[in-house]
Amino acid sequence: MGKTLFDKIWDSHVVKSVADGLDVLFIDQHYIHEVTSPQAFDGLRNRGIEVLMPHRCTATADHNVPTVDQLKPIKDPLSATQVASLKKNCEEFGIELFGIGHENQGIVHIIGPELGITQPGMTMVCGDSHTSTHGAFGTIAFGIGTSQVEQVLATQSLVLNRPKTMKIQVDGELSYGATAKDVILYIISQLGTQGATGHFVEYAGEVFRNMSMEERMTVCNMSIEMGARGGHVGVDEKTIEYVKARKEISDEKVAWWKSLNSEEDAEFDQVIALRGEDIQPMVTTGTAPDTGVNFGKKIGDASHLSNKALQYMQFDAGENVDDQKVDYVFIGSCTNGRIEDLRAVADLVKGKQKAESVNVWVVPGSMKVRAQAIEENLDQVFINAGFEFREPGCSACLAMNDDKIPAGSLCVSTSNRNFEGRQGDGARTVLASPLTAAASAITGKITDPRHFLNEN
Amino acid sequence: MRINSTSIPLPIDNVDTDQIIPAQFLKQVDKIGYGKHLFNSWRYLPDGNPNPDFILNKQERSDAQILIAGNNFGCGSSREHAAWAIADYGIQAVISTQFADIFKGNAYNNGILPIQLSKQSVDAIMQQSLDKPDLSIQIDLESQTVTVDEIGIKEIFEIHPFKKQCLMEGVDETEYLIKLRPEIEAFEKNRLQPV
Repeated sequence: MGKTLFDKIWDSHVVKSVADGLDVLFIDQHYIHEVTSPQAFDGLRNRGIEVLMPHRCTATADHNVPTVDQLKPIKDPLSATQVASLKKNCEEFGIELFGIGHENQGIVHIIGPELGITQPGMTMVCGDSHTSTHGAFGTIAFGIGTSQVEQVLATQSLVLNRPKTMKIQVDGELSYGATAKDVILYIISQLGTQGATGHFVEYAGEVFRNMSMEERMTVCNMSIEMGARGGHVGVDEKTIEYVKARKEISDEKVAWWKSLNSEEDAEFDQVIALRGEDIQPMVTTGTAPDTGVNFGKKIGDASHLSNKALQYMQFDAGENVDDQKVDYVFIGSCTNGRIEDLRAVADLVKGKQKAESVNVWVVPGSMKVRAQAIEENLDQVFINAGFEFREPGCSACLAMNDDKIPAGSLCVSTSNRNFEGRQGDGARTVLASPLTAAASAITGKITDPRHFLNEN
Repeated sequence: MRINSTSIPLPIDNVDTDQIIPAQFLKQVDKIGYGKHLFNSWRYLPDGNPNPDFILNKQERSDAQILIAGNNFGCGSSREHAAWAIADYGIQAVISTQFADIFKGNAYNNGILPIQLSKQSVDAIMQQSLDKPDLSIQIDLESQTVTVDEIGIKEIFEIHPFKKQCLMEGVDETEYLIKLRPEIEAFEKNRLQPV
């Protein structure tokens, strides 16, 4: 029986086996941000030890940072303390920090790939569940708690049980207007929020092969939303070219990277097969990411929709999903805050105006994404459309900073979670692709992006 | 480790860590005092007063050390603050039909037992707890059993022997790893793959 991609990476990182099914796994790269790390650094101080391999750690400030006037002092004293603690901890323990104002600052899962730090075959962790994003590069990348952040700082290793494997195969052509975000919303709607719990997912098949690296990141990013430990895509020329464009890479490495695919006869604990043709633009209707529904359908047609969720969302099952009034549109996050996302939005909105009643925030995922958008004059497209073009950070995805959606307001969001109160107390979140978010910003209602794509 | 306690039934599936503790309360740089924000949005009214209808605010549940949860408890964010809030509130074990992976790990690392039982048992215990707030539940880690005499339930739960040993003997997993530092450094130096 051949090895899966997962087996190849996992097996090459086992320092020792602790007991049946439990391994000490070496971690190649540790990403750090301000919210889930302060207690871990305190733990090291209490134990009187150093970070074992500071060169394998990279830090940035993203969760708490303002997206307006970022260089001014942070008003919220608690947020300010967390950001200051990160700076102090990184200085004390010798860890590279891309803090506020640094040209490399941004959302941790955007900057890792964009700086060429994320590379095929690595094991990668961060105190953040969307670490699965890096799986797009053929890595084993997953989120951890703060106790584990401390363990990785102290030993560059973790005690882990080996997850089961699941292959999600999607072949064929996507329906017109469907994007990577629609693909992952569809997969989650099919599997449910716990459908992949205990598993590590490999995304295989034509649909993922045809995607750009940024699109693969969007897919892998939301693996956690169906409970998966992580999700990844095998390495191909696109992967190698993406990294080589950012870092000097030895031929020896490239040769190894080319072997990072599951073998033909590899066996998975579970295999799910889906058809690209079945995937259309979709939005969520409830308070979990598995409540997606296609346009033209009734809200009640959505999968996994509970009465509790309907009540919170103030939706009626008999209503059409199209044409629900929108108050806010948020374009950004580690799911959809990259340059290709901003280009797609700009293409759709160019020469148009947002609906008067809607507030639209475009929050680039990093300083580099922001600079690139300005270079391409996308900022002017956004400003002319009446959108706010802001500074990088996690922003309204989890509303830890001032970017909160008011209670009762409906936000079409390109982020990853529509949990109750996620974007602010009482905020109602509808997850969607950047195209759907852009179309909804123009009309002021939840809008099928194909109406605009046809027009162009 | 033995727990003999009443319980708090929370018959809601997919309780995510944003519900356990919302992001606005993740701004501290220590691990202390998160219990008062456990289930904050459900527990308090918009004016800040306790919501009298929420189960945690019922007088008869105030001493309970066991939470009985719906399926897929702890999904979503990796925030360990969720486990800190549960432990700080005084809950020592959570019973469910399934836990999200990251939450489960965080629970162990904070001395909270995540106990997975059959749907039949969880449903029965949940219903009985809802009906009878003084229902007594016994959890014994050594024999890996949950016993609810009143409804004739005695079910064995699974736990990895290493995790069990850590909890029983108070072994700190981090200390275990720290002792392996020389092996880990040798591994990095000697491995074959050009990572």
